[in-house]
Amino acid sequence: MKLKLALFAAALTGAMGMGAPALAADAGHAEVHKQSWSFAGAFGHYDRGQLQRGFKVFREVCANCHSANLLAFRNLAEPGGPQFSEAQAKELAAQYKVKELSDKTGDVEERPARLSDRWPAPFANDIKAREAMGGSLPPDMSVLAKARTYHRPFPLFLIDALPGFSYQEHGVDYIVALLNGYKDEPPAGQKLDAGQSWNDIMPGNRIGMAKPLADGQVDYTDGTPATADQYAKDVAAFMMWLAEPKLEDRKRTGFRVVIFLAVLAGLLYATKRRIWAKIPH
Amino acid sequence: MSGPSQYVPKNALARWLEARLPIIGFTYDSFVAYPTPKNLNYWWTFGAILSFMLIAQILTGVVLAMHYTGHTSMAFNSVEHIMRDVNWGWMIRYLHANGASMFFLAVYIHMARGLYYGSYKAPREVLWILGVVIFLLMMATAFMGYVLPWGQMSFWGATVITNLFSAIPLVGDAITIWLWGGYSVDNPTLNRFFSLHYLLPFMIAAVVALHVWALHVVGQNNPAGVDIKDVEKDSVPFTPHATMKDMVGVAVFFILFAWFAFFVPNYLGHSDNYIEANPLVTPAHIVPEWYFLPFYAILRAIPSKLGGVIFMFASIAILVVLPWLDTSRVRSAVYRPIYKIFFWLFIVTVIGLGYLGSQPPEGGAVIAARILTAWYFIHFIVVMPLLGLFEKTKPVPASINDAVLAKNGGERVAAAAPAQ
Repeated sequence: MKLKLALFAAALTGAMGMGAPALAADAGHAEVHKQSWSFAGAFGHYDRGQLQRGFKVFREVCANCHSANLLAFRNLAEPGGPQFSEAQAKELAAQYKVKELSDKTGDVEERPARLSDRWPAPFANDIKAREAMGGSLPPDMSVLAKARTYHRPFPLFLIDALPGFSYQEHGVDYIVALLNGYKDEPPAGQKLDAGQSWNDIMPGNRIGMAKPLADGQVDYTDGTPATADQYAKDVAAFMMWLAEPKLEDRKRTGFRVVIFLAVLAGLLYATKRRIWAKIPH
Repeated sequence: MSGPSQYVPKNALARWLEARLPIIGFTYDSFVAYPTPKNLNYWWTFGAILSFMLIAQILTGVVLAMHYTGHTSMAFNSVEHIMRDVNWGWMIRYLHANGASMFFLAVYIHMARGLYYGSYKAPREVLWILGVVIFLLMMATAFMGYVLPWGQMSFWGATVITNLFSAIPLVGDAITIWLWGGYSVDNPTLNRFFSLHYLLPFMIAAVVALHVWALHVVGQNNPAGVDIKDVEKDSVPFTPHATMKDMVGVAVFFILFAWFAFFVPNYLGHSDNYIEANPLVTPAHIVPEWYFLPFYAILRAIPSKLGGVIFMFASIAILVVLPWLDTSRVRSAVYRPIYKIFFWLFIVTVIGLGYLGSQPPEGGAVIAARILTAWYFIHFIVVMPLLGLFEKTKPVPASINDAVLAKNGGERVAAAAPAQ
């Protein structure tokens, strides 16, 4: 009880901003740059090839430590995503094992995954994950692209909402910058703890994830350059889809809705003018 | 307005029903024959826009509640289940989340219109106070709704706001524990917030009914700020005139709504709310939704917790007594040259407070927030009473018809010239 109240007092102090400046002052050594994304803007859509490459990076690199608990194998074959064929997705699923309570024996048994199964997590729980990762917990990647952002000063943050200038890709831009933001050595006078790396983008600059991507690490078969920078972009795009799998449907539907409403508003306005034509107002 | 019904039943069934429950006549008098000042501008369509927003929020909310799970271990993922697996779930959820913002945007414009044209002045005090009650209910509903996705901002926002009650002397801690249903924001808190979040919109609907009733007793204010004197000359029947104008306003407003919900659905949200609630990790900055920021700035501007809470609640409560603080005999700012300046100064003050509410309270931001907070209250307590006594107002038209003639007279001459 005492502890809880103390915790809330700390939270309130945090809210009042008294605890925050230390963090805020450290960040911002390097800048996040806007990337050019196929899925940006009112008519944006994912680049299938990029999502498939991003999935490859995710599968071969990220998924060794990060979970993606909301991803089901069936999603990989659904419209608006990487759009692997159903046969490919089935074959992929069969390479993974999931645990299930058997209704015959009552024991937890392993079986090959099916399309309806979720992506198996690399660790049984957070405690196991921390133990394996030297104390750091790799966050679940399901909605990570929407859970990250960076500071957009006035007046840029206002422009970000406007049609024609709309900007919703803060998270993926941050992720690309973070993946490219590693330094081999911390700046002079800065010390790192065991298991930490220096990152110019990470708030506080100390990150528990070792530099994950290097040139040539993942084989690309479509001629795309196999560079760390390209991996970062592709995996960020994949993470955007993972976080926002209905993005294409949303933007397509939105376009129809806006056109419908614009025509409706026009017709209503013409009717209104006619009704009011003879009344001075 | 009140008086014997103008409705004449046209068939036997309608006559039969009208003799037993005059609901058709009531609807006819209220929304068809109801005399509407003919000089209303588009700022008056926000009442209809708000009605549609309330309906939209209730409809989308009822569907969301069918798929949402109110438990700390499942709430976050159940929202993602809606986003991913429920048919059109992403659309319903984004419409609901952005609908809350659009609801507040519309209500702030509606309130600003009331302030500008003096719509709170006699005989519309009760109408105005009912509006303040709706606003308070909206704030409670929105706050509790924001907790339901059980993200980091949900949890820490709930923690900060419920903690405000602990500032009450003597009984504060007891009240806070009672609100939580435990010793911290936890599953009982989430469950009661879900329950209340479902209940309050229907209470809003009930107070909206009273608000509309009061409106139909005293009649609508209008840009001229003079009452209807001659129904023939000053007013038009609500339907089709006001109905159709309202529909234009609603359709245009819904384009804005659709833009946010379909193209920038997370712009008005906070990225931290896509991280599941974690009582052990405090976000770097805890900020409320944009529509609470001016009040949040007032809360933080006062260097004492209890003082901040008092001033924050007072900033809304003061609206209740506004009809008596404003001593001017003229309603509309159109004829109040000095008040017009102070009105815009007040709008800038509130927007400024909103910006400061989003910033970490350090250095100059604290001083600016204190100055603006002081001005917020000075505007109501000092400016409004004194202006009424000292302001030289412009001559007010004798009737709505006169106001329209004066306005159109100038325009018509200008428009007629090229045609000849």
